[in-house]
Amino acid sequence: MSTPTTTDAEALIENLDRKGPMHHFHHALHKYPWISPGIVLLVAVIIFGLINHRFWAISNLSLITQQVSIVGAIAVAQTLVILTAGIDLSVGAVAVLASMVMAKTAAEQGVPGPLALLLGFAVGAAAGALNGFLITKLKLPPFIVTLGTLSIFMALTLIYATGRTINADKMGDAASVLLWLGTPIQVGGFKITYGVVAMILMYVIFSWILKNTAWGKHVYAVGDDPAAASLAGIRVNRVLFSVYLVGGIVLAIAGWIAIGRVGSASPTILPDANLESITAVVIGGTSLFGGRGTMFGTLIGAILVGVVSNGLVLAGLDQAYKVLAIGILVIVSVALDQWIRKVRS
Amino acid sequence: MSDLSSIQPVVQAKGLIKTFGRVVGLNSANLELYPGEVLAVIGDNGAGKSTLIKCISGAETPDSGEIMIDNEVVSFKSSLDARAYGIETVYQTLAVAPALDIASNLYLGREKRKSGILGSVFRKLDHSGMRTTAKEQMTKLGIGTLQDMSQAVETLSGGQRQAVSVARAEAFGSKVVILDEPTAALGVRESNQVLKMIELMRDRGLPIILISHNMPQVFEVADRIHVQRLGSRAAVVTPQTHTMNDAVAIMTGALKVDEKDQALRPVRVPATA
Repeated sequence: MSTPTTTDAEALIENLDRKGPMHHFHHALHKYPWISPGIVLLVAVIIFGLINHRFWAISNLSLITQQVSIVGAIAVAQTLVILTAGIDLSVGAVAVLASMVMAKTAAEQGVPGPLALLLGFAVGAAAGALNGFLITKLKLPPFIVTLGTLSIFMALTLIYATGRTINADKMGDAASVLLWLGTPIQVGGFKITYGVVAMILMYVIFSWILKNTAWGKHVYAVGDDPAAASLAGIRVNRVLFSVYLVGGIVLAIAGWIAIGRVGSASPTILPDANLESITAVVIGGTSLFGGRGTMFGTLIGAILVGVVSNGLVLAGLDQAYKVLAIGILVIVSVALDQWIRKVRS
Repeated sequence: MSDLSSIQPVVQAKGLIKTFGRVVGLNSANLELYPGEVLAVIGDNGAGKSTLIKCISGAETPDSGEIMIDNEVVSFKSSLDARAYGIETVYQTLAVAPALDIASNLYLGREKRKSGILGSVFRKLDHSGMRTTAKEQMTKLGIGTLQDMSQAVETLSGGQRQAVSVARAEAFGSKVVILDEPTAALGVRESNQVLKMIELMRDRGLPIILISHNMPQVFEVADRIHVQRLGSRAAVVTPQTHTMNDAVAIMTGALKVDEKDQALRPVRVPATA
């Protein structure tokens, strides 16, 4: 190896300073982690539409948003938890439990609609608080806690519902309130439901909160490095607890959306909600290691999952291909996240 | 020297005892910090310097003994209590949240909110205000090279990250700034940057406690050197009266310094901030 002359070295430094397009792309991804799922979403929409033109039909696109609404809402809670470097396996179970409480108190105790809703929210909050308590006070890992409470909440739902579905006609006067989020509305040519609007509103609100409030900053800081957050004077356990508590209420709202979408409350709906919500969060560019990610990314992730499932069906492929595609998306997303995290100035 | 003799300590620890089970961390330890000085605390591993500092920064509560801030006896139950008294600590572990930006890190746990309804009802943070003061703060400490306060801290070098920690401590430490091995994780050039920041803070009248293993650094910036040994204070010397070898000898117990030869009183006239 020859020693580089001064001019070589200068050229080398200049080259380093120039920072190629890859460097800028890396930094852009680092700052806006939703870019990559956004690109994939765009490509997917184009390709599925080229394969089957019905995919682009307004009615089909409307349908996708409705299909996405429940898991999309659940993924709001999941994003909050994953930002703190946690994971919540009980999200689907909490949503279903809350929806059962809403429907059954209305159907069997004749509780008026708004009160039935509040009871559902209270149960969601209590379930979130239980998770938060076990994680912060007993210092158990979120994975184990929520794996346990997943079974507990599922069992409670089945016991409470005695395994039965409660249809809209049994809900009495409360039906109008409980099913309200299923009401379709026309926006331009789109036919969406209040449930879709509610889901999008949650994204807008939590996105704002994460960006603009101290609590939002603390959620990121706790997920990023709990020891550093604690040294900076953040009460780490209080933040963690609040995340699970708020998540529980969000999940109850997701349960409410589910009643509107399905038209009934059933203990066995949403069997895949846990994994689908995690999938949406991860595809959306939020890091499983915490401290990094956005609500907007999760929304794109959730829509991407919906688009892929719907598009593959319209392309005439078996349901198994959907599962395959989503599996690949998850692994690619996490690999990408690992690379993004290596950024340096 | 007449004005030096009337100076009262900012921080005073008297007869602190702290045990961990059967291990004695502090055995009747004393410490005085005077206004506007840099007091280095050195000692062998297990000499109790960390425990002593943790008692002052609120991270540990002594079993007995008292801590006085401006001659007022205080009892800290957590580091938040100590902060309320204007005592800030910089840790060697680069205690910052890597994914958050510089301004957010500077204000972490003490965010500024917008005025008016946006702040009081919607709890909206004053991003631009925090960025402006963060920039001023960094420039004040001689780190004006960092332009973009919305830059994530993980994109900074170790020295720049520690600079963010020091800037944070300086911004909120109205009384004392404690630096616990601030250069342990840094290279030579970056360490010098931190030492320069220490001098800048001292010149602005802020008293500083510096815990360090690095003798040359200690002898470069300290006004007085508190040598901790076996849980209590072995001596307080100055870089002028004693050499590094002396300091090491005191640390290991090979050298005893007569009380009249020690620097138990302030040696620096505090800068008026």
